[in-house]
Amino acid sequence: MQNPDVIHQQLTGNSSASWSLWLHQMLAILRLEVKKNFLSRRATLIYLLAGAPVLLWAALVTFDSGARRDFSQNFGEAQSIFANFIYEGLILRTAVFFGCAWTFMNLFRGEMVDKSLHYYFLSPVRREVLVAGKYFSGLVTSIFLFGSSTVGALFFLCLARGYPANVDYLVNGPGLKHSLTYLAMTVLACIGYGAMFMVIGLFFRNLIVTLLLALLFYGLEWFNFLMPPLLKKLSVIHYIHSLAPVPIDEGPLAIIGEPTPWWVAVPGMLIITALVLIAAGTRIRRMEVHYGNE
Amino acid sequence: MEAALNNNPEAVMEQTVEKAAVAADRMIVFEDVSKFYGEILGVNRVNLNIAPGITSLVGPNGSGKTTLMNLMTGLIQPTRGRISILGLSPYEPEKLFRLLGYCGQFDSFPAGMTGFEFVRAFLPLHGYKKQQCDELAWRALERVSLVEAAHRKVAGYSKGMRQRVRLAQSIAHQPAVMILDEPLNGLDPMARAEAIALFRELADEGLHLIISSHILHEVDTMSDSVVLMNNGYVVAEGQVQGVREEKIQDHPLQIAVRCDQPALLAARLFTEPHIVEARIHEDRRGLFIRTRDVDRFYTQLNRIVVESDLSLESVATVDDDLNAVYQYLIGTGGQ
Repeated sequence: MQNPDVIHQQLTGNSSASWSLWLHQMLAILRLEVKKNFLSRRATLIYLLAGAPVLLWAALVTFDSGARRDFSQNFGEAQSIFANFIYEGLILRTAVFFGCAWTFMNLFRGEMVDKSLHYYFLSPVRREVLVAGKYFSGLVTSIFLFGSSTVGALFFLCLARGYPANVDYLVNGPGLKHSLTYLAMTVLACIGYGAMFMVIGLFFRNLIVTLLLALLFYGLEWFNFLMPPLLKKLSVIHYIHSLAPVPIDEGPLAIIGEPTPWWVAVPGMLIITALVLIAAGTRIRRMEVHYGNE
Repeated sequence: MEAALNNNPEAVMEQTVEKAAVAADRMIVFEDVSKFYGEILGVNRVNLNIAPGITSLVGPNGSGKTTLMNLMTGLIQPTRGRISILGLSPYEPEKLFRLLGYCGQFDSFPAGMTGFEFVRAFLPLHGYKKQQCDELAWRALERVSLVEAAHRKVAGYSKGMRQRVRLAQSIAHQPAVMILDEPLNGLDPMARAEAIALFRELADEGLHLIISSHILHEVDTMSDSVVLMNNGYVVAEGQVQGVREEKIQDHPLQIAVRCDQPALLAARLFTEPHIVEARIHEDRRGLFIRTRDVDRFYTQLNRIVVESDLSLESVATVDDDLNAVYQYLIGTGGQ
């Protein structure tokens, strides 16, 4: 066993060693959590959410010859349908939103339910490092799954264009730029929604309460188009819409606001995320483990 | 150098202060610690100084043992008071848990892990490299005799094996302080004996072991000191013998005497004011004495033996153990 004197000496390390240790710890948490996020029984739901839009879109493009012909002849319409229904409606607002809700809310709440959070709390890790490690594990999982979902859906959009026009669209046209933009939108959505849902999971452990809060948040995001321009800026979807390569149709009742340029949207979103994570870090420092009361 | 220091009073003073600080850093200290769960009392006004060795927390369910342990580990926070573990606060997990291991009562594990994976899983968080983690995990599994089952899923373990793998997980990083909440629960007699031997071994290495248990007989035999708790209060603390002498001096001690003339002995002793009861055994070859003054009893017994030519077979205290202390102070017996 270790000599307490030796341990005390070890504990008075310098700050650069601390940073390196925190990074090491964050990577260790990341490895543990990513494995759990992908392989646990809870992951089934996010696989379904990530797979469903691609399968639906693939079925439409592959098996409905009429639709395929229409998309091939009028690719602009295909792009609009993809942007408004497949990407916006199915991927962004449904799969990414609920997938992030499930993944990130369960990062802490799930451990409380499984009564295994204390193993982390009894490790020599600053709790803020734990928050960061878990958050990044959620990001890796959600970006991989929903990024793949986005790429898969884009693949079938290109397939609908028909060969060789699709290659031309990708290589010489705006195809590649559009695809990367959609991917960036998915990543940004995971970053923003992830932070929000992780905090909800930290502050509220009751499943009903967390679901109600998720639905309230969903409603606010969905009816964002009715909000005055200033309030729009407080939502995640506003910043993501600002990046859309194909205009998103918000309907006749929408209150049109000035779109936020990408160089404001992206840092703005990251700043809001950072603030939310700071709130999570503050919360977790005073967090107690009471499994008996759950 | 030392001689030079000894001649310099300031240096000596400095050295003394330093030594005192180091001594304080070797203790687990509770200063006026209270914990309330809303309006429900967890523990109240606890003041303790726990030295290295095995310290047992004893008390009925709800007496505050687990609350005290969770306070030490920062899993819960005190409503009032201050806790220091070898000079560190429970709010410094990054430092504290390098020298503290906690084996709690929660019978839950991260899903899908084998015993080895579970013991190893959290070692990288201590900053150990991959190979070091493997070595430490195997060493810990070896200490709890779980090497053969190491690659089986924890979910398939028996209760005793789960208890042992949790113990392995808590000692894997070689802590200086171990907090063990009911560590003997679910263990078969052989495993219990092995666990107690392990605790003794760790205590002999200079570790602090804080153990809560209901199995008083085992606590009695393995503990260096004991903290008796009831309804959130510390009702007694210290060495088992000392606790008894200090806290229940007015309570009569029961002694069994085997001899050839129990009736004579009873008659002689009954005249003494410190003797509360003298009851002859059914087989008429011995008697039970209850006395308030053990020392006087033994002196008088010696005198009576000589004077009356009594043939004495054996003399033994019946209730000079922790169970008796527990009963006297709390009013309920252990298992």
